[in-house]
Amino acid sequence: MAKTPAAYARHREGTQPPYLYPDYASTVKRAPTRPLIPFEHTLSEITGPTFSSGWAGPAATDLTKQHKSEPLGERIIVTGCILDEDGRPVPDTLVELWQCNAAGRYHHPVDQHDAPLDPNFTGAGQAVTDAEGRYRFVTIKPGAYPWRNSPNAWRPAHLHFGVFGGGFVTRLVTQMYFPGDPLLQYDPIYQSTADAAARERLIAAYVPELSEPEWALGYAFDMVLRGREATPFEAAP
Amino acid sequence: MSGKLIPTPGQTVGPFFALGLDRPEWSDLTRNNPQGERIVIEGRVFDGDGAPVPDAVIELWQANAAGRYNSPEDTQDDKPIDPNFLGYGRVATDPQGHFRITTIKPGPVPGRGNALQAPHIEVAFFARGLLKQLFTRIYFADEAANASDPLLAGIEDDSVRRTLLARRGEGGVYRFDFVLQGKDETAFLDL
Repeated sequence: MAKTPAAYARHREGTQPPYLYPDYASTVKRAPTRPLIPFEHTLSEITGPTFSSGWAGPAATDLTKQHKSEPLGERIIVTGCILDEDGRPVPDTLVELWQCNAAGRYHHPVDQHDAPLDPNFTGAGQAVTDAEGRYRFVTIKPGAYPWRNSPNAWRPAHLHFGVFGGGFVTRLVTQMYFPGDPLLQYDPIYQSTADAAARERLIAAYVPELSEPEWALGYAFDMVLRGREATPFEAAP
Repeated sequence: MSGKLIPTPGQTVGPFFALGLDRPEWSDLTRNNPQGERIVIEGRVFDGDGAPVPDAVIELWQANAAGRYNSPEDTQDDKPIDPNFLGYGRVATDPQGHFRITTIKPGPVPGRGNALQAPHIEVAFFARGLLKQLFTRIYFADEAANASDPLLAGIEDDSVRRTLLARRGEGGVYRFDFVLQGKDETAFLDL
């Protein structure tokens, strides 16, 4: 029987949001009430799907070129690396992106916010990371929008990201925010992670060198996935 | 340990994830015609009020019919890889909280030590109102190997263990509901 590969490390206290966080009202009827059952990782948790680099072409990484004309809004470049906790790049992994348009409206039938749809913007893209774990999207800056969590609540501008990593338990779905956004301090989804350093991982950095002159603003956003537990050294012969 | 980076916190998929995540073809894991027994699993998702959850997305990961994962981490060289079976699937719930997946019955895979695990499907469960995914497993109620499965055997309360079992119903379709809270609350795992 083949040996079980090294398990993935547990998250440190406070560095992930809890399931129950009443300030985000929808958690109250959806968070599990029983304690989760601890279980040591087996091959089932440590393995995970792989995606070929042919999966996402240029049309999937440039959200401003998916229609006849260009979408309205501030053109941005969002790029970064998918890393593990030890700083090792995660190559050949699928990154999925979705977002609302510059006016704060999603191309989705459930979104009834009174803001215009943009016929030139869908708001979905995919990329597969290169050998250095790097991805790059061109899109437009999403708008803030109201939601019914509490009276006069507004979501800060954000991009939704989904990333796989090497194992089924490394899967991450998260949101990227913009630096200096005054709405962050009022947003329970952003605030739900207790550890301030972990929370700041969710904010992209404006990087002048990534901006392209006369064309687009550049933001850097790395995403860090769970790494392996320390493996015992092999005994010297 | 010092020097380690802090992993990025999860954030909810929100109510509009279909825009980025819904790929209806991924609910059929048999679309490339893999080897193995075809099965259908369907069910519904309910919240703490017993109301259907129309904005959940369920991701699945499983071994092939021989019990091998399509992953470089699986080095069970005595079992064949099925090039027509990725083993990953995804399905979003409909407005009634219903989902349906088509796949093949996975073979048994090894657990830790010398244990053998009963056939199962790994599940990552996302929804509006969940700040990060929940993990669980789908087992098959009609599988004799369940009796010696390390996870199932470790759950003392039978009413909790039963929430992990898909049961064959009409037409041979397996039924598996996700219940987020209450008496029949699904057993979720701390992985």
